[in-house]
Amino acid sequence: MTQKLRILALLLAATSWMCGPPRRPGETSGGRAVLQNKGSDTLVNVAQAWAEEYQTVEPNVAVAVTGGGSGTGIASLINGTVDLANSSRKLKDSEAEQARANGHDPVEFIVGYDALAVYIHNDNPVETLTLEALADIYGEGGSVDEWADLGVEIPGCTSGEMVRVSRQNNSGTYAYFREAVLGNNDYKLGSRDMHGSKDVVDLVERTPCAIGYSGLAYKTDHVKVVCIAKGDDPSDCVVPSVESAIDKSYPVARPLFMYTRGEPEGAVKSYLDWILSDEGQCILLDKGYAPAKPVDCSNPIAGSE
Amino acid sequence: MPPLGSLSQDLDRRDFDWYADKLVEILVFAGGFSAIILILGIFFFITREGLGFVFSSLDIVEFFTSPRWRPTSELNATYGAFALMAGTASITGMAMLIAVPFSIGAAVYIAEFAGPRSRETLKVLVELLAAIPSVVWGFIGLTLMNSLIIEVFDVPVGLNILNAGLILGLMAAPIMTTIAEDALKAVPDHYREAAEAMGATKWQVTRRVVIPAAKKGLAAAILLGVGRGFGETMAVLMASGHAINIPGSIFDSVRALTATIAAELGETAVGSEHYRALFTLGIFLFTITFVINLTADIIVRGTRKR
Repeated sequence: MTQKLRILALLLAATSWMCGPPRRPGETSGGRAVLQNKGSDTLVNVAQAWAEEYQTVEPNVAVAVTGGGSGTGIASLINGTVDLANSSRKLKDSEAEQARANGHDPVEFIVGYDALAVYIHNDNPVETLTLEALADIYGEGGSVDEWADLGVEIPGCTSGEMVRVSRQNNSGTYAYFREAVLGNNDYKLGSRDMHGSKDVVDLVERTPCAIGYSGLAYKTDHVKVVCIAKGDDPSDCVVPSVESAIDKSYPVARPLFMYTRGEPEGAVKSYLDWILSDEGQCILLDKGYAPAKPVDCSNPIAGSE
Repeated sequence: MPPLGSLSQDLDRRDFDWYADKLVEILVFAGGFSAIILILGIFFFITREGLGFVFSSLDIVEFFTSPRWRPTSELNATYGAFALMAGTASITGMAMLIAVPFSIGAAVYIAEFAGPRSRETLKVLVELLAAIPSVVWGFIGLTLMNSLIIEVFDVPVGLNILNAGLILGLMAAPIMTTIAEDALKAVPDHYREAAEAMGATKWQVTRRVVIPAAKKGLAAAILLGVGRGFGETMAVLMASGHAINIPGSIFDSVRALTATIAAELGETAVGSEHYRALFTLGIFLFTITFVINLTADIIVRGTRKR
């Protein structure tokens, strides 16, 4: 334990040396407050859009946005180097404890929802899959290893091998898919573990035999999105979309989180309030995610378009 | 500090030049020693982060024989690195199959056969090849080669041993060519002259005299290429498919040790078991590259002493 603490102290010392002394949230530097915001790659695009737009709302507050993945954001929250951590998965109990041990009590906010789409190659004739079939494809002990096991033949994929595309094992997307589809069972070994939401879609686009999962916001015209059925009846499926994520009919939609250190106050609180306001939520909707609450975006937002 | 010897009477006056001289001497001394301090520091850091794990919770048998690398499992975290080792070994092996004939051939041509002008052009081009960043190589592998391999070989996925090995071979070839060419150049000219005087053709001279005389240097060049292959990260991460898999053919996706560390370390909580397991991979990798580079160095020293 002392060993761990010492390592942590060393790391803290190193980071605080690099970033200046640890700041209180909302502390001003030269009349401007700078908020550190870090984490999820799923959220990074919209977090950047928020930060930019917030400049026009509150010129005295600058928000510095960094990606790196949900784990990175949470690790920074534990170490106390960020004001807001973005995450596409819920904080684990062990992580919350670690943060509390360092004196940062994490507070959770749901800032939106994201439908996790299952992507296949455009030449793939599959239209629908049940959650059970997905678990058989991805889960340890699952019976589906080849497209023929589903009775599917794909032009350009002569071997019929199913190329499973997944994410690296500490991404929030990986953890959510495991929870929602595999019931926290292990993944089958041998999946191609890509290092980003976009890489998954890129690989599926180029590989006729492939199947992969990634956020709906990364959809392009060069890939096909599968309609997912919750029960056994494939015709009872739901296409992932912002609407089906809002009304929760799509079975693989997940909340997107922001975590603060302690109850937010000052600049952090006003920023979060603004994100959860209609203006902030409309920016999120514009980026292809589902808002946390019903919003009316018929009035064009100043600055966008 | 070594005595300055006969120069000392000139340096009796402690003027600006004397101090400048001293300062430079200290800087050079510090520069020389910093390499040693840094390498010891890195070794100390990796060992401290990883070794605790090795002795407390690591199952050594599982680590070396099980392919199950599941550090974030909800059911039962396992740390089998066998598939990762097989991945690194297969990619490096593939890379050497490609790079060794190419780079040794190029070195022989540049050192023995090329005229002065084509030699200079070739050397510049080879060095240019070494200047391409590895992420660019990785990108070529991910986009261009992936589609190409699928089309040409009709395989399900193009991110595999062949792709990563080809990319890595091209990356390792320049450094191997340069070192192999140095080794060939180091063979004294009177060896060649003696052989030519006995009526040997250019090819006979190269094959029977120059290459045997330079064989240790050539072996060192190959070993350094192997070391490069073990250590390369970014290109391998992008081109290998990054799939935990014990390969059965060159068209299988695999995952390398280095790529695993690169992909997972950034998102791991400091001090967690997963974090320390990654450092254990680091210790393993460090040991292997250290032994390879040391062997290459000893071989090179062996040739110089003769």
